[in-house]
Amino acid sequence: MRRLVVILPVAIFAALLGVMGALLTDGERNNDPSRLPSPLVGKPAPAISLPAVADNIPGGFSTEDLKGQVTIVNVFASWCIPCLAEHPLITQLAADGARVYGINHRDKSADAVTWLRRHGNPYKAIGFDADARASLEWGVTGVPETFIIDANGTIAYKHAGPITPEVLKQKILPKLREIEGG
Amino acid sequence: MIAEIGQYVLIAALVLAAVQAIVPLWGAARGDAGLMMVGDRTAIAQAAALLIAFAALTHGFVTSDFSLSVVFQNSHSLKPMLYKVSGVWGNHEGSMLLWVLVLALFSAAVAVYGRNLPPTLKARVLSIQAMIGFAFLAFIIFTSNPFARLSPAPLDGTGLNPLLQDPGLAFHPPLLYLGYVGFSMAFSFAIAALIEGRVDAAWGRWVRPWTLAAWTFLTGGIALGSWWAYYELGWGGWWFWDPVENASFMPWLFGTALLHSSIVVEKRDALKSWTILLAILTFSMSLLGTFLVRSGVLTSVHAFATDPERGVFILAILAIAIGGALTLFAVRAPGMKGGGLFAPASREGALIANNMLLTLAAATVLLGTLYPLILEALSGGETRVSVGPPFFNATFGPIMVPLVLLMAIGPLMAWKRGNLRTASRKIIPAAIAALLAIGVTFLAVPDGPGLAPFAMGLAAWLAAGTIAEWGGRIKLFSSPPSVSWRRLSGQPRSASGMSLAHLGLAIMIVGITGSSAWRTELVTTLSPGETVEGAGYAVTLESVTEGRGPNYSFERATLRIEEDGELVTTMHTERRFFPIANQTTTEAGIRTTLLSDLYGVIGERGRTPETADAWTVRFFVNPLVPWIWLGALVMVFGGFLSLSDRRHRVGAPRRAANTAPPANPPTQPLPAPAE
Repeated sequence: MRRLVVILPVAIFAALLGVMGALLTDGERNNDPSRLPSPLVGKPAPAISLPAVADNIPGGFSTEDLKGQVTIVNVFASWCIPCLAEHPLITQLAADGARVYGINHRDKSADAVTWLRRHGNPYKAIGFDADARASLEWGVTGVPETFIIDANGTIAYKHAGPITPEVLKQKILPKLREIEGG
Repeated sequence: MIAEIGQYVLIAALVLAAVQAIVPLWGAARGDAGLMMVGDRTAIAQAAALLIAFAALTHGFVTSDFSLSVVFQNSHSLKPMLYKVSGVWGNHEGSMLLWVLVLALFSAAVAVYGRNLPPTLKARVLSIQAMIGFAFLAFIIFTSNPFARLSPAPLDGTGLNPLLQDPGLAFHPPLLYLGYVGFSMAFSFAIAALIEGRVDAAWGRWVRPWTLAAWTFLTGGIALGSWWAYYELGWGGWWFWDPVENASFMPWLFGTALLHSSIVVEKRDALKSWTILLAILTFSMSLLGTFLVRSGVLTSVHAFATDPERGVFILAILAIAIGGALTLFAVRAPGMKGGGLFAPASREGALIANNMLLTLAAATVLLGTLYPLILEALSGGETRVSVGPPFFNATFGPIMVPLVLLMAIGPLMAWKRGNLRTASRKIIPAAIAALLAIGVTFLAVPDGPGLAPFAMGLAAWLAAGTIAEWGGRIKLFSSPPSVSWRRLSGQPRSASGMSLAHLGLAIMIVGITGSSAWRTELVTTLSPGETVEGAGYAVTLESVTEGRGPNYSFERATLRIEEDGELVTTMHTERRFFPIANQTTTEAGIRTTLLSDLYGVIGERGRTPETADAWTVRFFVNPLVPWIWLGALVMVFGGFLSLSDRRHRVGAPRRAANTAPPANPPTQPLPAPAE
């Protein structure tokens, strides 16, 4: 009897360990930094209207402009290192024919222009959101973030954090195919 | 350059830990005093190395060296100096470095002050400490290197989480870690005792001060954290049963149980295997807390950078440390002989009941914290639930009631065989006080929740019972004052510390009851100049001004609070926006008297054109809430008072010898002969 009692703690612990191990190694769960889904997904994109970053940068857009076609909206800033890391993938997406809009978040106009000149501007249009009012409306918690808006102007997907090749392959592209196919 | 020195000494500490883990243990097995002595030297060297590493990281933060990845991510050149320094441990890498530093300091303390420990026990304790240290140093070096460089170095940092930019929180983690990691001492003593196969009264005496120190720090750390949550989060509450809060509360509950059961080991040579198990469980909870917070399996307001790779590493440490310890326990515990016999109605009996209830409470909190995870794992990620305050309030409260009832009775019972009749005669003042408190509360607040008067009665019961017991010890009123005075000065500090700690809990219960039962809340939208009446007060939003702090912009509201047309106070509350972190925090306006807090918070400004000149204002009246922290303060003070008792520092068998000046100069600590 006493033997059984002293084994109990280690047995319970082994079971707990199994549970936590299973959760940690669950790839699905871990590859998704926005595990708590945004309450905005499935809802119409909140109304915003943004000016252009500068005269020579295409842009200024409002929520109305996003309708009619599937659009990717990428929130970025020139001071944001992860944005620079994901920039080639955004550029690739645009080159492959996706319609990509940008929201320039809490930036200075001159800094943004320099950054776009140096690293290329894949965006069809960029909205300048210096005071982050629009980002706030859209529930942006940090940069970069990427939204997929369907043809009706509904937020179909949101990714928080930089886009990596895995995220692109496993999340973004399937989601785009799903919306465009359906 | 300085960061590279930090990197080198960190690796040196890892090597030292490896040596310390193996050599003294081997020496103890062979009975080789020379090998056992190695542990002392490495423990001190390891602490020195980690102090240098910590200083190097602090240097990086203070000088804003953004070529260090951690500094870039967690600091900013505009940040005030205090928060540059607290930023050292306000992030994952730095806080883990602080964790191992505290561990090494505790080991060094054993090496320096543990001269009267039997050499084999001391060698084994240091060896176990080093194993823990090795695991966490490897974790730091391989997955969370605080000295990783960025190239090219960014021009400025990305700031500290602004919520953490607060004096209360600057000192919360170090205190909490002193508590968490302090329990590693009890753990190492337990494992060493299992290896030696010997637990006796002397063992209990050695473990107690370490447990007491850890418990005192942890109490202070938790209280500071809850105080911070109270005034900074702006929700008017002070405890949210958040998983991260629970992670610090579980070691506290087990540690409290351990504190009491080790008394039984020391005084009565009983409850040995149970105490060993508690020592293992208490530190396991500290490790589990570290895992839950660091691995990201839980999502919480406190969550730091989460990373599954780190999670797997910590889980492996957990598996080896806890799994290994519990297995060793399963093998060795049946061989341990129980000591003194005692009747159910005795001090031992009361302490066992205390242990049962505290363990049950800890198990409840553990279940509530892990249940969402277990359910998620079993359902394959389909079912996600969160367990909130209703569960904890419904389960935790009822366990606390008998515990508090018992707390007043236990100290009145004699060891071995208590006399129930004597004890019940001594408890009469407590019963009278409880009835009085229930009656007075009921008359004073007739329309409050029905259970509140009984909770106040419980607090009065505990306070009166504790004071009566203390009065009995010094023969207060039953003998001339001069005798009482002499007895008072002759009281062992540990006994007075116990009384104080119990009294602190009674004070805290009053605060908890007041703030949860009679709190009133007023939420409204106000434009400057407007007044709203409610909660017995008239609240006027006088003005809202905008301004800039060192690294944030703010809206500062001035609230005028009036009662019956008379000005009570004007308070300021701020809503701060940190552009670099893109985060908003609130600073509550609090006007406190000992009896209640008036608590005002400004919320968001209206978004639509019609409401653009109006702000959400929340106003709370929190009765008795300061008593919560007052109680915690009294508990911490009781802990330190008890810790200062020289009986904790002097080994029982060597008491006579130690009254003479030490024979060995302190610079050459020779292992003391075992009895």
